[in-house]
Amino acid sequence: MSTSSNDTPALLDVRNVSKSFGAAQVLRSVSLRVARGEVVTVIGPSGSGKTTLLRCVNFLESYDSGSIRIDGKEVGFRDSGTRQRRSERDLAAMRAETGMVFQSFNLFPHLTAAGNIMLGLRKVRGKSEAEARSIAEHWLGRVGLAHKADSLPAELSGGQQQRVGIARAVAMEPKILLLDEITSALDPELVGEVLAVVRSLAEDGMTMLMVTHEMAFARDASSRIVFMADGGVSAVGPPKEILAAETTNERLRTFLARFRASHF
Amino acid sequence: MGYALNFNLIWRHFDKLWGGLLLSLELAVISIAIGIVIGLVLAVWYVSAGRAVRAAIAAYVEFIRNVPLILLVYLVFYGLPTVVDLAYSAQTSFILTLSVYSGAYLVEVFRSGLEAVPRGQLDAGKAIGLTPWQRLVHVRLPTMLRITLPALSNTFISLFKDTSIASVISVPELTYGAQWINFNTFRIVEVYLVTTAMYLFTGYALLFALRLVERRFRAAR
Repeated sequence: MSTSSNDTPALLDVRNVSKSFGAAQVLRSVSLRVARGEVVTVIGPSGSGKTTLLRCVNFLESYDSGSIRIDGKEVGFRDSGTRQRRSERDLAAMRAETGMVFQSFNLFPHLTAAGNIMLGLRKVRGKSEAEARSIAEHWLGRVGLAHKADSLPAELSGGQQQRVGIARAVAMEPKILLLDEITSALDPELVGEVLAVVRSLAEDGMTMLMVTHEMAFARDASSRIVFMADGGVSAVGPPKEILAAETTNERLRTFLARFRASHF
Repeated sequence: MGYALNFNLIWRHFDKLWGGLLLSLELAVISIAIGIVIGLVLAVWYVSAGRAVRAAIAAYVEFIRNVPLILLVYLVFYGLPTVVDLAYSAQTSFILTLSVYSGAYLVEVFRSGLEAVPRGQLDAGKAIGLTPWQRLVHVRLPTMLRITLPALSNTFISLFKDTSIASVISVPELTYGAQWINFNTFRIVEVYLVTTAMYLFTGYALLFALRLVERRFRAAR
């Protein structure tokens, strides 16, 4: 297990978070710390709570107990003791500090690529039209889509839409970027262009928490890998340790064996 | 077939039809405008409200949709003033009726549109830090509009045709103009042929205009 993030103050500090949907418990006392500049990947079988955990971090989902702090500030509740939900205005302000990229892109269909990026800059960050436009163009250039600024989402390929999705998230200069299976809905030949963008963001020092099924990418790009099973954290460690075939963690070994069998 | 078509008398009184058409359009535009406000407010309220409000809105929609428009027109024009101390012209009465009537249909159109906005888009709006009001204005309503425009066009055309019912309370719109010419010239075939053509042409013109709007909304802003 990595100890580095236990000593330095964590940017994201998830403590004992539990959540149930009705009778089904999807998160079981999950704890997880992400230090500034770290790239942490969450892997695990489907239904293990990975996506739910990610959605709790920016409070798209509420949780039943535990605490989630970003930069020391409790995310969804006024404080972890009373668990009094923040006002919608506060929640919006908190969410502006985290960026999220979705499996299904979720671009605003009525806005152009630039318009998608500019909406948050204009309405949340209060930038002028011209300033927002120039920031949007900068990020579109970064993801290799400078020439598509005025295209509507429907006119873009899946890979291009997802790169706009990433640009929309990072243009807000979030403290942490949440990536939720962002290549799962893509045709295989489009996965590479999206991962290349993520890799370049990681090299820039962007803090990231991502859920992915791209094991090779997880191994190459992450500082640590979290293995989740049945709603709990089953193993945490550097990629080499977690993805090693000789791991002693029974569940992890089964997961990796199944994964290798279906992907190679 | 001993009937010989003769349009001369129709053209002599054409001002009745032309003036009537303009009034029909005016009735439709004002009523639809008010109906849109009613529909939007109630639809947005519906999707965010509790059970009691939903039931009340649903009751309004069900009531209007299951009562013939002509009865509502009679009720408001003849019935309402006898119960409450109100005086209004036939035209105002009809606008009031058609507004409430179109509101009920538009609530349904807008509500289903709002509910059809993919949840992922609302999540994306939340994720970039938009407040609930901003999400409504900048994400939910624009998408809802794109989803509902075809249904909206149909409703508008249908409401335009419904203005003909104003003739039963002597509002001098197109159908009333046609009846007037018929009573005074007995050229029943000619006058209704011309009137039908006028409704048809106006309906198509409206549809064409609405299709242009649809295309514009699909294009970049």
